[in-house]
Amino acid sequence: MIAEGLIALVGAGVLLAVAIAVPWLKFVLTIALAKGIAVLGILLLLRAGQVSFGHAMFLATGAYTVAFLAPAMPEALLLIPLGGLFAGLLGLLVGLFVVRYRDIFFGMLNLAISMVLYSLLEKLYHLTKGTDGIRVARATYAGFDLPRETQEWLMFAIALGLAALFGTLVAAYLRSPMGRALAGIKTRETRLEFLGVSARRVLLFAYVASAVMGGIAGTLVALTTRHVTPLLGYWTSSGELVFIAILGGAGSAVGAFLGAVAFELVRVYAAASVADAWQMILGGVLLLVILFAPGGLWGILAGRLKVRA
Amino acid sequence: MSAPLLSARGLKLAFGGVKAADGIDLDVMPGEFLAIIGPNGAGKTTFINMTTGYLKPQGGRIEFAGEPILGLSPRAIVRRGIGRSFQLPQLFTEHTVIENAALALAAHAGIWSPFVPLLRPGYRAAAERLLDRFGIAHLTETRADALNEGARKLADIAMAVALEPRLLLMDEPTSGVAATEKMQVVETLVRVLRAEGVTAVFVEHDMEVVARFADRVAVWSQGRIAALGPPEQVLNDPAVLRDVIGIAGHA
Ligand SMILES: Nc1ncnc2c1ncn2[C@@H]1O[C@H](COP(=O)(O)OP(=O)(O)OP(=O)(O)O)[C@@H](O)[C@H]1O
Ligand SMILES: [Mg+2]
Repeated sequence: MIAEGLIALVGAGVLLAVAIAVPWLKFVLTIALAKGIAVLGILLLLRAGQVSFGHAMFLATGAYTVAFLAPAMPEALLLIPLGGLFAGLLGLLVGLFVVRYRDIFFGMLNLAISMVLYSLLEKLYHLTKGTDGIRVARATYAGFDLPRETQEWLMFAIALGLAALFGTLVAAYLRSPMGRALAGIKTRETRLEFLGVSARRVLLFAYVASAVMGGIAGTLVALTTRHVTPLLGYWTSSGELVFIAILGGAGSAVGAFLGAVAFELVRVYAAASVADAWQMILGGVLLLVILFAPGGLWGILAGRLKVRA
Repeated sequence: MSAPLLSARGLKLAFGGVKAADGIDLDVMPGEFLAIIGPNGAGKTTFINMTTGYLKPQGGRIEFAGEPILGLSPRAIVRRGIGRSFQLPQLFTEHTVIENAALALAAHAGIWSPFVPLLRPGYRAAAERLLDRFGIAHLTETRADALNEGARKLADIAMAVALEPRLLLMDEPTSGVAATEKMQVVETLVRVLRAEGVTAVFVEHDMEVVARFADRVAVWSQGRIAALGPPEQVLNDPAVLRDVIGIAGHA
């Protein structure tokens, strides 16, 4: 646990150094940290042996919360928690339904519900401007209207701070009775019931937590890119989150961020050099990870450093 | 005479044409150790499954401590004080033994705390004590899927005992346990259960174990109770010897 925290701290330092050295990467890293927070949620569900192919819906919920509310209430420090709150409420609603199912049904139901939300975002043109999306109004930070450069730094800092916060909470949760019970769903759900514990409730808590983190991630993406489109909630975006989770490794909260940063950097550099083939490169990387490093990037790193995951 | 702790009347359950329970009447008295014997497929596990809410009988009723429990969920029944262990141990295979035990203790005390570690000092000590009483304290850090069958059974039962049940239903606690460790496993078990004052019902194929540890024996046959009484009487009944023990001895 302490070693894991140390690695996270070093990682944060490295990100900060990179952001200072290569200023335009700040934007990429902010998005990576945001996605990492959403991936933490995927990681929770993976602990229970469940894969959601629809979690981008929570990201989109957070992002559209910002887009809808910003014109009337531009305060970022309120928009961020509000995005988490609305995503959490949607998570509770969807969760009450999907936690009754397991495995392929769980995955597909999430996908199906996310597709409903996606098509609403696309079809309700008068509200969402359809596929064009919404330009996010300029936000204030604790009441201050900051110059662009400062704002970018602040978003980076907020993303880093929230990544540390949720990373720590998730790490603690996974070690708690509820987190260990969550992992028990994967191996012996019946035993959980015979211990007098509702497996559904255990999973629901994780599900709502994952939705909140997805929503928070969405607000960060919206405030950073200043533009939201339904694509944020499309199934490919959901797939991307699962992709990152496996790339990073489900063994540790740190893995979510390792995966997200690696993913965004490969995307940026590969897209610049081999524009048409970057998905192929990502696909190849994922294949290699699954075949040779099932613990993901975190597994490789922890193995090198002899950290007990 | 005191009132029975568990009282089943007229339990019926058929799977297709198979009558797994065909009118089961049974009273389990507080404090006793009741053995269930009978050939494979007689409906022994089915009885446990009905009592613990896992299967719903098509007829009959079950009372526990004077209250009807039929129709309650397994969870609700566990909370009323009926524990069970399994013919195939149901451990969290990717967790260590101590985590399994601690999770059972946490389940009993209230599991809904998301941010304090499961293996905080209090639970760790309690889990170690629990495992120690079952003689498997040396295995705390072993992953559950790496245990031998004897230890697996004991860990499985320890988890049930962690919930402080008044009645414990054990499905073949010694099956799969190596002959050399069998008696030791049962002795350990009985010692703990007696100390806790737990009433126990256990399904058992080994007549030596039954003769030594059961206060009463119920003989299951095709979904019915064919004989019921103290072991010295039941185990010497020629009909039982012929119809049940002849078969069960080889199971
Ligand atoms: N869930 C089920 N669905 C269908 N048939 C079942 C089910 N459970 C039990 N049976 C059938 O009911 C009968 C009684 O089964 P049960 O498992 O209770 O026997 P048992 O006495 O425990 O046998 P064993 O000694 O082999 O464990 C068997 O014929 C079995 O195939
Ligand atoms: Mg059986």
